Amino acid sequence: MKVKGNVFKYGDNVDTDVIIPARHLTSADPDHLKQHCMEDIDPGFVNRVSAGDIMVAGKNFGCGSSREHAPVAIKASGISLVIAADFARIFYRNSINTGLPIMECPEASGKIEAGDVIEADFETGIITNITKGEAYQAKAFPEFISRIIEAGGLVEYTKKELGL
Amino acid sequence: MGMTITQKILAAHTGLDSVAAGDLIEASLDVVLGNDVTLPPAVKVFGDVGTGKVFDKTKICLIQDHFTPNKDIKSAELARCMRCFAREQDISHYYELGRPEMGIEHVILPDNGIVFPGDLVIGADSHTCTYGAAGAFSTGVGSTDLACAMARGKTWFKVPEAIKVVLKGKKGKDITGKDIILHLIGMIGVDGALYKSLEFTGDGVKDLTMCDRLTICNMAIECGAKNGLFPVDEITYDYISRTNPERYQADDYTAFEADDDAEYSQTIEIDLSEVPFTVALPHLPSNTRDASSVKDMKIDQVVVGSCTNGRIDDIRKAAEVLKGRHVHPDVRCIIIPGSQKVYRTALDEGLLAIFDDAGCVISTPTCGPCLGGHMGVLAKGERCVSTTNRNFVGRMGDVGSEVILAGVPVACASAVLGRVGTPDELGEV
Repeated sequence: MKVKGNVFKYGDNVDTDVIIPARHLTSADPDHLKQHCMEDIDPGFVNRVSAGDIMVAGKNFGCGSSREHAPVAIKASGISLVIAADFARIFYRNSINTGLPIMECPEASGKIEAGDVIEADFETGIITNITKGEAYQAKAFPEFISRIIEAGGLVEYTKKELGL
Repeated sequence: MGMTITQKILAAHTGLDSVAAGDLIEASLDVVLGNDVTLPPAVKVFGDVGTGKVFDKTKICLIQDHFTPNKDIKSAELARCMRCFAREQDISHYYELGRPEMGIEHVILPDNGIVFPGDLVIGADSHTCTYGAAGAFSTGVGSTDLACAMARGKTWFKVPEAIKVVLKGKKGKDITGKDIILHLIGMIGVDGALYKSLEFTGDGVKDLTMCDRLTICNMAIECGAKNGLFPVDEITYDYISRTNPERYQADDYTAFEADDDAEYSQTIEIDLSEVPFTVALPHLPSNTRDASSVKDMKIDQVVVGSCTNGRIDDIRKAAEVLKGRHVHPDVRCIIIPGSQKVYRTALDEGLLAIFDDAGCVISTPTCGPCLGGHMGVLAKGERCVSTTNRNFVGRMGDVGSEVILAGVPVACASAVLGRVGTPDELGEV
């Protein structure tokens, strides 16, 4: 599967409090969460984002709270993929579990700029920067993680393991 | 090859003789935790999994602490969702507000004797890593992991590498675990231990109280760590013999030790005698300074409490600093005992009267202001010295407000001085 979109670029250590502030956690409804996504560091984000757009950030993306509302808010906003140099571990798990596509790629994180148009191939991990005419290789998922993704997420994986 | 303590606990819960860093395993869980923010989404996912029943109702803890007593109708609905689920599943560790067992999740799980050395715990809260202080492996996850764990009693882990943190020497007067962990986060950064364990060792450990250790492990997540862990020693045995005498006497736990040839990706030494009163300035926990170097920073509010610093030792220390003194006219000082037991002990020991005399607000146990929920939210331009764990943009309120993280002695001295300050600046009472 491939996705293509305009890039929203952020720096290092984007924390879950700015992805979705705790004051909005009184509901876990994706339609509610998407209205407040990124509002504390990028107040215009929800008005500018279009379905399919791609978020690119530096290192330690999603650090802080364990709130699964963060990847849910990003996915609901229309973002089709988050690329970062690396992810905080709970955010990483939550993204896999809730079906927000993520890729770890320090090179892409360093070279892609805001407004670039990029295309990413989930099978090969190749990220193509159409604006700059460059390509970058994302890290492959460990085999076990691929099994969860292939099963359709953690819920389906768990059902399979429990024989349900 | 030798194993770290974390690796031994993970191996023991996987039925393997050994595991190595990088292995992906599925391990059995001793305790699974959710709170009023993270459980409601998990209830929906739990329904999707379709087991109908939780794997073991005695191993699940459901704690309402983030937005309680409920701050608005929506948060009341979250609480109601948890209450209904807890009743339907007959969950053993579910309590209503005000009960002696109740309080902030990471204060009560250790204090109520639910977590013991060698246990494997996951919680849908990032500060679940707190329990490494008692020799357990514990780490934070999200709501879907929580739901699947409640159904299956197992979850997957990547076995982490470890950083060995060697604590040497003896800390100075009024220096606390908070100063030590902020100092470490300042050294390695907010991603300095990403995906790794922090295993503490060294001759300095023996002088750290359980309260210090709980605070240190609580903030392991703030440098990206999967978990923090202290070795089990006399201080641990003294603690667990009081929190759960039955389990302690039954010897129903395992105190693992690291192998001599365990591998560490890095070794960090900290001389505790050189750790100063440490604060983290906005907007990262790694933005640390010697508190005495930022004394010109005026403040509007002080918060003492949270899963980081809401234990009885913290509240006693706050009372020691504030006794006979007055909160600065420009400052609101909010004291939040971390559990009902802590609150009651503070009441019985006369500590609440000391706070009231000093001009503090005394709150019921809640996470409240730590995450900008309620009970002390900041306006634009306001600055708070807080014993909590995060100072991200907008964490405690408006995006234009600021949080400075500190230990209890610095927070209380600052409340009196009206600016960032240290207890040694306070005159005789």
